Amino acid sequence: MDTRKEKFPYGIPGHNLGEVEREIPVEEPPVWPVNDKLKVIGKRVTRIDALEKVTGKAIYTSDIKLPGMLYAKMLRSNVPHATISSIDISKAKSLAGVHAIHLIENTPKEGEENSTDKYPMVKYVGQPLAGVAAESLEIAKEAVSLIKVNYEKKPFVIDLEAAMEINAPIVFDAPVTQKQDGGDVGETHDGSKGEGNVRGPSTSSFFGGPRGNLEEGFNEADVIVERTYRTQVHTHMPLETHGVVVDWNADVMTVYASTQNTAAVRNEMASVFNLPKSKVRVICEFMGGGFGAKHSAGSFGPMAANLAKKTGRPIWLMLDRREEHLAEGNRPNSIQYLKIGAKKDGTLTGIQQRSHGTAGVGLGAGVGRIAQILYPCPNFATEQYDVLTNAGPGAAWRAPGNVQGAFGLEQAIDEIAEKLNVDPLSYRDHIDKSEVRKVERQRGAELFGWSRRQPTGSSKGVVKKGLGVGQSTWPRFVSLDSSVEIKIHKGGGVEIRSSVQDIGTGTKTVLAQVVAEELGLQVKDIKVNIGDTFFPVGPGSGGSVVTGSITPPTRNAAFEAKMALLKLVAKKWETDSSELFIADGQVGHKKDTSLKMSFKEATKLMRTSQISKIASRSDDYGGFQQPWGLAYGDLGSVQFAEVSVNTDTGFVKVDRVVAAHSCGRPLNIGQLESQINGGVIQGVSYALYENRVMDNSTGHMINANVDQYKVPFSMEIPEIETVIVEEYSGRSSTDAYGIGEPANIATAAAIANAVYNAIGVRLYEIPITPSSILKALSKVS
Amino acid sequence: MNKFSWYEAKSVEDALEQVNSTISDELYEPTSKATVFKSGGIDVFDWVKEGLLKPQKIVNIRNIPGLDQISYDRKKGLRIGCNVTLAEIASNPEIKSQYLALHQAVNHAATPQLRNVSTLGGNIAQRNRCWYFRSADHDCFRKGGDRCFARHSETGENENHAILDNGSCVSVHASSIATALMAFNASVVIANAEGKRKTVLMDDFFVSAGEDIAMENILQAKEIITEIILPAPSKNTRSAYIKQVARESYDWSLADVAVVMEVSGNTCKSASIVLGAAAPVPYRSVEAQQAIENKTINSENATAAAEAAMTKARPLAKNDYKVPLFVSTIKQTILEIS
Repeated sequence: MDTRKEKFPYGIPGHNLGEVEREIPVEEPPVWPVNDKLKVIGKRVTRIDALEKVTGKAIYTSDIKLPGMLYAKMLRSNVPHATISSIDISKAKSLAGVHAIHLIENTPKEGEENSTDKYPMVKYVGQPLAGVAAESLEIAKEAVSLIKVNYEKKPFVIDLEAAMEINAPIVFDAPVTQKQDGGDVGETHDGSKGEGNVRGPSTSSFFGGPRGNLEEGFNEADVIVERTYRTQVHTHMPLETHGVVVDWNADVMTVYASTQNTAAVRNEMASVFNLPKSKVRVICEFMGGGFGAKHSAGSFGPMAANLAKKTGRPIWLMLDRREEHLAEGNRPNSIQYLKIGAKKDGTLTGIQQRSHGTAGVGLGAGVGRIAQILYPCPNFATEQYDVLTNAGPGAAWRAPGNVQGAFGLEQAIDEIAEKLNVDPLSYRDHIDKSEVRKVERQRGAELFGWSRRQPTGSSKGVVKKGLGVGQSTWPRFVSLDSSVEIKIHKGGGVEIRSSVQDIGTGTKTVLAQVVAEELGLQVKDIKVNIGDTFFPVGPGSGGSVVTGSITPPTRNAAFEAKMALLKLVAKKWETDSSELFIADGQVGHKKDTSLKMSFKEATKLMRTSQISKIASRSDDYGGFQQPWGLAYGDLGSVQFAEVSVNTDTGFVKVDRVVAAHSCGRPLNIGQLESQINGGVIQGVSYALYENRVMDNSTGHMINANVDQYKVPFSMEIPEIETVIVEEYSGRSSTDAYGIGEPANIATAAAIANAVYNAIGVRLYEIPITPSSILKALSKVS
Repeated sequence: MNKFSWYEAKSVEDALEQVNSTISDELYEPTSKATVFKSGGIDVFDWVKEGLLKPQKIVNIRNIPGLDQISYDRKKGLRIGCNVTLAEIASNPEIKSQYLALHQAVNHAATPQLRNVSTLGGNIAQRNRCWYFRSADHDCFRKGGDRCFARHSETGENENHAILDNGSCVSVHASSIATALMAFNASVVIANAEGKRKTVLMDDFFVSAGEDIAMENILQAKEIITEIILPAPSKNTRSAYIKQVARESYDWSLADVAVVMEVSGNTCKSASIVLGAAAPVPYRSVEAQQAIENKTINSENATAAAEAAMTKARPLAKNDYKVPLFVSTIKQTILEIS
């Protein structure tokens, strides 16, 4: 690989900004200076599709209407554990308007212990069993209600701790070998150690395994905090439910999908139906939220395709809210034991963590790596167990595991600080080696007014005020399978093409900004065509990888296309293209200012109708920690919360949150703020409101709606202010990273710490409710 | 949602001729042949969407002329037609000045969007929100089933449920507006098929679960609420209402309290104190009323009244927090009067 050396901005402006020399591939563009010196990047650019969205013009998956389209509905189990002896579809079949019924049957899989039963065993309420395609959704629903399933019921278990008991009903008889997508438990889940319903432990991650010697560590400690924390099951609640419209004709299967990974859905559908990838097209133009639950085709994708095959008609299959709660993912609950030791001077000497959580019939119920990596500590060990229960499967949920883990860790750190009699923020200054969080603590504390914090329990009156802080880290992941095509059309017009989808965070807009900056154009000049697998493959929207993965290829491709265009101009002007530049829509010459040509005129020099360049991105300029795309550094954050606690009624109100974040080079300040707001709101909701309520005697979720499953509305949302810290590290042609997951990690911990500061009693469990506050205050037994 | 036919009623008599059942009867013993009526339709369609109510016909009473009026007379009091929307009540200046607790209760009910379409008659006649009662997968006593899932000491999810009069059913009444209406000694005017009107005191309108597990009020198949009447306040009448909710933006009550008092200076001459979300129907706390009557309205006496109200409380496994919540809320509401 041919390379050249360049000096990149390195560090935090206003704190320690310097330079770093990097060796970069010759075909990649020259270094960008800090944002202050750029025209479009790092600015508050209005979302390019804002008007379409707010006026209702944006076409989401559920809005797709195709000629001849049929509507499908899935039949789901209403018992938590059973074998199916028979399914009678005769009545449903004869209902007028029903075109096809597809039953999910056991298909033998190589290398697995296969059941001889015709139908898969039912393992949770809401498990899909069949689908009906009909002329209207109403008919499809009615047909579903006419299907008679004969169950042979089996004992079941819902509660996490009940499932851990030796005599608990067994959820999976055979070892579970599945690996949950996006879950956060490391790689030890071969199922071989499975005992009863408990799987694991996972003791290591890509950050390594246990360190040092815990016993020695705790012996050295002057103070020890030993606690058990509990968190609830949290469903995703995207505004748009899961679903697809499948249009399968002789030539190609087109899948309109509400997905955060068009390429993965394409691969899955191609694999399930044994089609070449070239004959499956997945399209997601607008996305109504996913939060980690929409990485796959699910069971509804293949169901819609099977119904399309049977009927020869396009199939619309969107889930309803109840199905969404029951079967399309959740953040697993946790019971976390945490023991932390520190010396008198504050140095951490040992961190021991043991967790159990249930992702229902899925895996991936760990508590992440935050206790392992947030603070340096020589002695560390974690044991993270998954417990299987008869409930819907978990799925990646905005910073999988880490949100649960931060809730425990950041409260324990506060307790250590208190035992050492130091301010919790100063204590973090002492033990946290991250430069970016140091700056975030300073700038965040100033904006928040941390100095107002009163000694814990000293707030007077019935309504007590409290301030708290929580920190987080999230790895800088990059997906190397990220490509973009840039097309410059003859006579003007620039197009961006990639399969990468805009999950709603504004990916389309930042891509347009990157190209506008590179080509010296305005954002409005760039047409963004993404979310289509007929275009080059981009990353899935998970792990906060999108910005870090797809903006460098976008800039690289734009740069290549620009160079191709400038060559044409150079030929005309009889000069060298390296002498030319484009700014403000004009091609110019660095030395000869008389030479000028508009971008549009320049494109008329093209021999063919377009210049088309596809680029990907190189490895991290400074090298990855792990070759598959784990960059050095982290996405650190510090969040501050101010709460009011009514000690008579037990109600907690989050009054204000200051969220200080970094994501490398910020690309669009407005969109970053918006994403941070969203993360904080979900954090408030996790701390105080949302909770999947299951009846242990029936196995049903009894609040599977948006009435009793409580998400916050406008009045529950605190005042949120953000601090965005620019941090340059010269790692790619854009040096930018995402913010999606970091925004959600620390909020609940900061709120819990603030509640403690207000009332002087610590809550070890979320959601924090009037009941738990009044119990903590000993106002009820 | 099943298919049903639709009938636009032109008059009360016309509507009553059509209907043959109540939602209570149909939930208790489904026939799928029922003709029921709806006004705003909020509660009716919740049941239809859940598949628990499969009416053959729905009679729309929303457009019957004359049922959407509010009239206030200084001597005769207030009359509110059954089709008056919550939004109309909330914006009525006389209700705000003369019946403050009602104004506050209406303002805290549901959401602005729902208040624009919800009607008063429908609001007080709606069924409770117990999540088991509302679930097609849980056949509870109220639906003719053989158990109360919510009551179960180990598996019952009863954090939102009743702490008073919870012997037969542990649900709480869904209408927080009824709490205020009962405190004002409101009456319900009911029309029947014979063309007769009867006026029933709110206290007698609701039916306790112990009396009839299928019902939450006295309405029979061919009966319809036409009006709610509130007596005229005196110049010494004071009222206040507080509702406690998990989410201020929109939520069902966890504890709500309406207090209407006749005062003389800072002394309570007579009190009407009603608790919402405490029992299967709005609960008049005679204990609290007695404790505060002829006493100075101050923190000590308000606390005593609040505590008196809770002497009969029998919390379930997960809702004992409601006792201090009610104590605090009753006290606060009484003190709002002073």
